[in-house]
Amino acid sequence: MKKSVLLGAFTVAGLAAGMAAAGTKDDVQARGKLNCGVTTGLVGFAAPDANGEWEGFDVAVCRGVAAAVLGDPKAVEFVPTTGKTRFTALASGEIDMLARNTTWTFSRDVDLKFEFTGVNYYDGQGFMVPKELGVSSAKELDGATVCIQTGTTTELNLADFFRTNNISYEPVPIETNAEAQQQYLAGACDVYTTDASGLAATRASFEDPSAHVLLPEIISKEPLGPLVRHGDNEWGDIVRWTLNALITAEELGVTSANIGEVASSTNNPEIKRLLGSEGTLGEMLGLDAEWAKRAIMAGGNYGEIFAKNIGEDTPIGLARGLNAQWTNGGLLYSPPFR
Amino acid sequence: MSSITDPGKQQFRLSMLIYDTRYRSGTIQVIAMIGFMLLAAWLISNTAQNLAALGKPIDFGFFSEPASYDINQRLLDYTSRDSHLRAALVGLLNTLVVAVLGCITATILGVIIGVLRLSHNWLIARLMTIYVEMFRNVPVLLWIVFIMAILIETLPAPRAFKGVETGALVLTNRGFYIPEALFSRSLGDIHLLGESSLRFDVSLDFIAIIVVLVASLYASHVIKTRADRIQAATGDRPTTWYLRLGVVVVPMVLLLVALGFHLGMPELKGFNFKGGTHLRNSLIALWLALSLYTAAFIAEIVRAGIMAISHGQTEAAAALGLRPNRIMSLVVLPQALRVIIPPLISNYLNLTKNSSLAIAVGYMDITGTLGGITMNQTGRELECILLLMLVYLTISLSISAVMNWYNESVKLKER
Repeated sequence: MKKSVLLGAFTVAGLAAGMAAAGTKDDVQARGKLNCGVTTGLVGFAAPDANGEWEGFDVAVCRGVAAAVLGDPKAVEFVPTTGKTRFTALASGEIDMLARNTTWTFSRDVDLKFEFTGVNYYDGQGFMVPKELGVSSAKELDGATVCIQTGTTTELNLADFFRTNNISYEPVPIETNAEAQQQYLAGACDVYTTDASGLAATRASFEDPSAHVLLPEIISKEPLGPLVRHGDNEWGDIVRWTLNALITAEELGVTSANIGEVASSTNNPEIKRLLGSEGTLGEMLGLDAEWAKRAIMAGGNYGEIFAKNIGEDTPIGLARGLNAQWTNGGLLYSPPFR
Repeated sequence: MSSITDPGKQQFRLSMLIYDTRYRSGTIQVIAMIGFMLLAAWLISNTAQNLAALGKPIDFGFFSEPASYDINQRLLDYTSRDSHLRAALVGLLNTLVVAVLGCITATILGVIIGVLRLSHNWLIARLMTIYVEMFRNVPVLLWIVFIMAILIETLPAPRAFKGVETGALVLTNRGFYIPEALFSRSLGDIHLLGESSLRFDVSLDFIAIIVVLVASLYASHVIKTRADRIQAATGDRPTTWYLRLGVVVVPMVLLLVALGFHLGMPELKGFNFKGGTHLRNSLIALWLALSLYTAAFIAEIVRAGIMAISHGQTEAAAALGLRPNRIMSLVVLPQALRVIIPPLISNYLNLTKNSSLAIAVGYMDITGTLGGITMNQTGRELECILLLMLVYLTISLSISAVMNWYNESVKLKER
């Protein structure tokens, strides 16, 4: 009798521990900081600047969420994760969300029990080689040594690509982008492969970027986006709609510069709902009315974030391409704020 | 008149469990045991509950799924279509390779350095002291990364060898290429365990070589015993060295010729060298760093072992007219081994466990395959880590068992 009571108590304790993980929003607000998993350093996407402040395309998503939930875009604790450690960090609750150019795949969504809250960058896997090798196509890479970040989808795509094309290669698994860069530049591998955006960002940080070429083949679809744990839909909604708010803001022409003016002068009901002067969208999310306004003011709308961190005027120089708004022929298409 | 009566059989009362010293310690142990088991049960049930709440109950089914990733250094045939189990096996072999290579090299280096540290030559003794202090006071991870960086940054890339006549040994920043043994009239392989994940090939050439080697060593041993017997009987030892050498060398040469033995030289073809055996830079960095690091500890153990033998023994041996190196090998080392072996075991274990730092240089050991990519791609953290712990536990216990058996055999025999 006594034993069963004791066991019962333990069972309840176990259940409570399981349940405690559900209230991520409350945890974040109680803590006053958002724990956001990012890369260990990929210029343009997430890297500390000269003052040690994290900045980049993925970092901006974290800051947007922090602004929406906590009212302060700086209230973020950035947790650098590698391709290998990121999922464990998220699943264990060490981080509240992961914004680390992570590819949305079926098995990660379903089997690994994560919830992808959208796509902030449509990417594909590419190859970078030194120009002096004279390679013009990935199919000429028979027998090459390929540097690859371990624990990524690129590792699997690479195996599939070389197998289906019936050519051989020697994989050199590497933990972080920085190590890959070191090995690649020293010639310990002929090819570096990762998402094309990552290659562009890495190449931009080289001493002589023009000595390296990106091969034309893009061998995979890599929709990159922020993700959260399964089972906390309220928190998932907050991250999803913060990202959508940034995308919608660009579509509607709301920027961090004109947001104050637009908020007071607009007659567009969707902008009004987005900025909280009409409707109760914020309340439905469990936040206040101005959540989206703060998210947009944190780093600008999607277009501003893109242009500032990885756009054509930056050293990384990525074109919008697939990441243009649907109205401009791209794939960015936020569901309506209604 | 008085008769002695047995003391009345004392009635057992529950309070005696606490107040009677005969039972007290047992009671405390039982309670502690129950507490411990409850704690363990709680941990397990909590884990199971939380996993169930997460929708991820323990399941090892992923092992039969295709791994879908490639591994560069494989001692078994393996493609990305093989199962996760086979990938783990390839990783396990890689772990064992670096552990065995490391233990052998560390022992050789450690013994040499330990003995030299006791040398009367001031310079050599001091240099060895510097070596020991330098290597054992810096974390081994740093040595691994450091050696890897040296290999990558200082050696030329394979394409630097374009148009250069390369010899048998090529040092590149992707690793070392050495000649490989090839047999033009090979006996072929036997394939064991069919198509399962545990299948492996055994080279008949290799078996033939081993059989011939063992047989000729045995023949050599027979010759030696015969010589010993003649010496014991007559006092004259017959000259046998040419017989013993011949009985080992001739059959081996004949076998190698019959198998068409030749060396395959590495040649630059396309991006990389083809042919020859490729010792990858990750293996070399890991092997070297682990050996150098552990050798520093072994050197200290060897030195301690030698110093534990009283100086009187050395002097006594010298008085008998033994030369210093014979004193070392016949008198000091056999006794020192008794002191050396137990701490040596724990250094072998350390080296094996430290080999899990392999991922720092991208060496695909079992931590890199089962505990790295497989864990990452399947999301089965708990299963993978538990298995990984079990694997390391098994390896460590096996090393302990073998070394303890050896220790028994060199231990002082007490009669």
